[in-house]
Amino acid sequence: MPKTLISLEHISKSFGSQLVLDDLSLSIYENSFVTLLGPSGCGKTTTLRIIGGFETPDNGRVIFDGEDITRLAPNKRQLNTVFQKYALFTNMNIAENIAFGLKIKNKPESYIKDKISYALKLVNLEGYETRMPDSLSGGQQQRIAIARAIVNEPKVLLLDEPLGALDLKLRQDMQYELKRLKEELGITFIYVTHDQEEALTMSDHIVVMNQGYIQQEGTPEQIYNEPENAFVADFIGDSNIIRSTMIRDELVEILGTRFACVDKGFGENKPVDVVIRPEDVELLPPGEGSMDGVVTGLTFKGVHYEMDVEAGGFEWLVHSTRLSEVGKKVSIKVDPFNLQIMNVPESEDEEAISETV
Amino acid sequence: MKKILERIYLGIILLFMYAPIVTLIVLSFNLSKSRARWGGFTLNWYIRLFSDRAVASALMNTLSIAVLATIFSTIIGTITCIAMIGLSPRLRSVITGVTNIPMINADIVTGISLMLLFRFLHIGSGFMTILLAHITFDIPFVMLSVMPRIKNMNFYVYEAALDLGATPFYAFRKTILPDLMPGVISGALMAFTMSLDDFIITYFTKGSGFETLSTLIYNEVKRGIQPEIYALSAIIFVVVLTLLLINSGASDNIIKEKK
Ligand SMILES: Nc1ncnc2c1ncn2[C@@H]1O[C@H](COP(=O)(O)OP(=O)(O)OP(=O)(O)O)[C@@H](O)[C@H]1O
Ligand SMILES: [Mg+2]
Repeated sequence: MPKTLISLEHISKSFGSQLVLDDLSLSIYENSFVTLLGPSGCGKTTTLRIIGGFETPDNGRVIFDGEDITRLAPNKRQLNTVFQKYALFTNMNIAENIAFGLKIKNKPESYIKDKISYALKLVNLEGYETRMPDSLSGGQQQRIAIARAIVNEPKVLLLDEPLGALDLKLRQDMQYELKRLKEELGITFIYVTHDQEEALTMSDHIVVMNQGYIQQEGTPEQIYNEPENAFVADFIGDSNIIRSTMIRDELVEILGTRFACVDKGFGENKPVDVVIRPEDVELLPPGEGSMDGVVTGLTFKGVHYEMDVEAGGFEWLVHSTRLSEVGKKVSIKVDPFNLQIMNVPESEDEEAISETV
Repeated sequence: MKKILERIYLGIILLFMYAPIVTLIVLSFNLSKSRARWGGFTLNWYIRLFSDRAVASALMNTLSIAVLATIFSTIIGTITCIAMIGLSPRLRSVITGVTNIPMINADIVTGISLMLLFRFLHIGSGFMTILLAHITFDIPFVMLSVMPRIKNMNFYVYEAALDLGATPFYAFRKTILPDLMPGVISGALMAFTMSLDDFIITYFTKGSGFETLSTLIYNEVKRGIQPEIYALSAIIFVVVLTLLLINSGASDNIIKEKK
């Protein structure tokens, strides 16, 4: 069992009359790469700022390594932040930026020099010591911000959408670099993003948030394959989410057709939501699958085709490398283990959360 | 054609604005005491001026009041602006409005009200009352040039400094202050210029037996204008003009720097 480094206990935070975080609890293990994932405005930055000490929660506690740090000033915390917006010191050159934290800690000159060149090497910007921040590209500035944080050898690095402003290619390169960096440093990363692909690629552990609530947490595989509610299923990628009826254990009725599944314990004749990933829908010749339909839309997506199939009064989203022309009659087949059954939200509150998607 | 008209128009405007001052400067070098006749070039009036004890002491008064008023108003104005960071935009605009009143208010009203206030509070007249009055009317000018810098400030750098272990004061000194500095300097120059320049408010708050350059000139003029006064006025004009040029040069540099 890995050691818990940070725990948030029943954190609530409001700005004015707006409740941004509501009774949020979360444990973060040492040396893990944890990602807070959620749509814009869901409280990711606020959560990170509470961990960093820039906001004080209205209720609840922040525990770091067994100590209550809820009210500890940011400059006394053993963690460093890479901010959402560029926050380099524009009146200092790159070397001075990186040395900022070390000078405060009165480290000897030679140590600082070594650290600067080590950090610049780590972020692949050797020789940039005397450049000014304004003369660097967005991606370079963000890498300097990372270098400036890690020379202080924090136990935890907080990263708030550090790649948000970069183009796709650079973002993918940087994702790889950040993962490598984390392995080299062996520290805990708490990463914020609203990009589900980024979260799935980089994290050990994903925390899906919406409107100040944690919707689900787990490994990327768990989040992707076994979403617990319609919000997570929809947010984490394109899905077919269909309101259905659980007939009994291992049998579900979807759009009037019965499908075998592997889920148990939902009761008999209970309403449920079924999630089916588009790549899990197979298209067979008419009559050979469970439900017949017709192809109504086709888009080429590079690695696969995306098709819309009208069947049972529902428009199914299907991803396949095999092309089916528009107007072609097909039959839909889904393997039992690819049907993900979820409870229908019970309280109105929960419903509200999933409907605002 | 349009261009030529534009030029002519500009020429006329400049002529109206600067003809009186040019006349004054020319007369300050006129050997003849007559205002209508050119009697040859001389520096006599300037030499006489500088050997005049009353002028020397008025100059000292003006300068020391201007310097002190600049220092105090710059500090107070800047601190007020910084304090306004934490306020809601609505409260901020209310406070800005209130502090701007002395700037729009007629000088004579400000002067008389300050005089009455000082009487009422039994604050001795002279150096102290003028200084207090100057600090009062300088503050809005300082705030006017510092405030835009606060509005455009990137506070993430302040938090970044805290994050790297800086105390709030050190973080302020390293991040926010350097950002404010151009505004503070131009505010201070503004305040100094206004202070040097002021006559009306000084006149009402000075009490008797204490003169600054502007009140001295006014008294002399009442007794009949001497050419020394032309010389003195010319010097004041050149000093104020230089300060204004420095100030606008400084703000131009800031604009260039931003680009
Ligand atoms: N200082 C503040 N004052 C008032 N409201 C705030 C403040 N900070 C955040 N909020 C509000 O709290 C909510 C959550 O903000 P937060 O910055 O945590 O969102 P986020 O998940 O990081 O979003 P994004 O992906 O857009 O960065 C938003 O509705 C925002 O308007
Ligand atoms: Mg954010």
